[in-house]
Amino acid sequence: MERKSICTNVIMAGFGGQGLMFIGKLLAYCAMKRGLNVTWIPSYGPEMRGGTANCTVVISDQPIGSPVITSPDALIIMNNPSLEAFEPRIKTDGLLFINNNLVTCQIKRKDLQVISVPANDAAVEAGEKKAANMVILGTYVARTGILTKEDVAAGFKEFFGAKTEYLASNMQALEKGMSYA
Amino acid sequence: MDKRFMTGNEAIAEAALQAGCRYYFGYPITPQNEIPEYMSRRLPEVGGTFLQAESEIAAIYMVYGASGSGARVMTSSSSPGISLKQEGISYIAAGELPCVIANIMRGGPGLGGIQPSQADYFQAVKGGGHGDYHLLVLAPSTVQEAVSLTMESFDLADKYRNPVMLLGDGFIGQMMEPVVFEKRPAVSLPAKDWACTGAKGRASNLVKTLNLDPAELEKHNIKLYEKYQKMRKDEVRLENYLTDDAEVVIAAYGSVARIAKTAIQALRQKGIKVGMIRPISLFPFPYQAFADIAKRVKKILVVEMSMGQMIEDVKLGVCGAAQVSFYGRVGGMVPSYEEIVAEIEKLVKVAP
Repeated sequence: MERKSICTNVIMAGFGGQGLMFIGKLLAYCAMKRGLNVTWIPSYGPEMRGGTANCTVVISDQPIGSPVITSPDALIIMNNPSLEAFEPRIKTDGLLFINNNLVTCQIKRKDLQVISVPANDAAVEAGEKKAANMVILGTYVARTGILTKEDVAAGFKEFFGAKTEYLASNMQALEKGMSYA
Repeated sequence: MDKRFMTGNEAIAEAALQAGCRYYFGYPITPQNEIPEYMSRRLPEVGGTFLQAESEIAAIYMVYGASGSGARVMTSSSSPGISLKQEGISYIAAGELPCVIANIMRGGPGLGGIQPSQADYFQAVKGGGHGDYHLLVLAPSTVQEAVSLTMESFDLADKYRNPVMLLGDGFIGQMMEPVVFEKRPAVSLPAKDWACTGAKGRASNLVKTLNLDPAELEKHNIKLYEKYQKMRKDEVRLENYLTDDAEVVIAAYGSVARIAKTAIQALRQKGIKVGMIRPISLFPFPYQAFADIAKRVKKILVVEMSMGQMIEDVKLGVCGAAQVSFYGRVGGMVPSYEEIVAEIEKLVKVAP
């Protein structure tokens, strides 16, 4: 398979319970299945549902050095506190994916590519109101071209095998998200 | 071979199982809880025993007992929990009992925090508990290496009849990476004819650490010392990363070493030739590698998640032949590769 050099990273942040750790793992797992090197690091502080949580995913066709990223290539932001925490850190011209159903604060920087996604509304439309995370993952993978829908579906089935009853609705949410890219 | 996607903690636990570990005793503490969690599920499946003890102290003496009966056994904890185990670790070293102890370090001192740290270096490599003893200490830098070193730890423990410490930090424990479990070739190890397995038909064995005759105890200490000397000769492990043409060398271990690799790539793109010596065995420490590099390279930067512990061993190796500088972050703060780049740039700007 011909592919140009890949080396990218993303920080995903939001409330605990929004499924950001989940989509981070899913992204990393699917990239691994495509033969890429990946690392996934959670914020493992004393987070709880409703608190803030984040994870960092690095994807590369080279061995990965630092799994810790100060200035990420991309951000997925699912709430206001996370925007405040991470907006200053993303690199110039970086991809800022925001869930505009929940992120109401103004984006201050003018040097970013902002991709605004009504992730909660889209999830409801897709028939799985809890799948806002899958919507925004869909937007991310489509915009970056890092994975196809089929890659994600395969990874979802394999890695989270026990929960396949949610597969169809989650894939609809993913597809919905891809349309916002 | 199938790639699995696991946290370092889970990978250490699975590697231990595959290396024949059938007993785990421990007490919960972040950031290593996935090790006991995984063991509690998997050990019963393979006919082993998982037991959550009432304390770290109880757990380490359960390890002492299981090891004394010849079993492959491990425990794990994080910094404050490892401190509690120190008495038992000294007893295990004194009784010449093989076992594996994983320390997934967090910020200290005291109860500290739960974020990554390397502040237990002194405790791990210089003894930790009382008396003249050493652990073999191995420090993985990736999840894959955590697997291979865990498997190897059990063989080394049996080979030397000595506790082996796997020294990781919160990131090594919590990070997920692809990992492959390759079957290790069988290693020929001495029979455990010292173990207390029931003395029917043979003279009884005794595992003990009390020795009130100073002449006998001195002999025992010298015997242990000879064992540590053999480790120093045969068990040094390190990685040389781009040191051949390096003008400056970084010394770092564990997850800091991989952050340093990214810094080195960035520095080389700017035309600054930097390499790294990454100690994999912290005891025995690769003193000779530092003695050798100091003949050629005059600036060494030690980077740690501590206020400067491994730097003392680097200086012992370098023995005044090069300038040894330090950069550290502590308390759960992690050095970024950008910070390491800035430190090296500062170093090369200053005339030697």
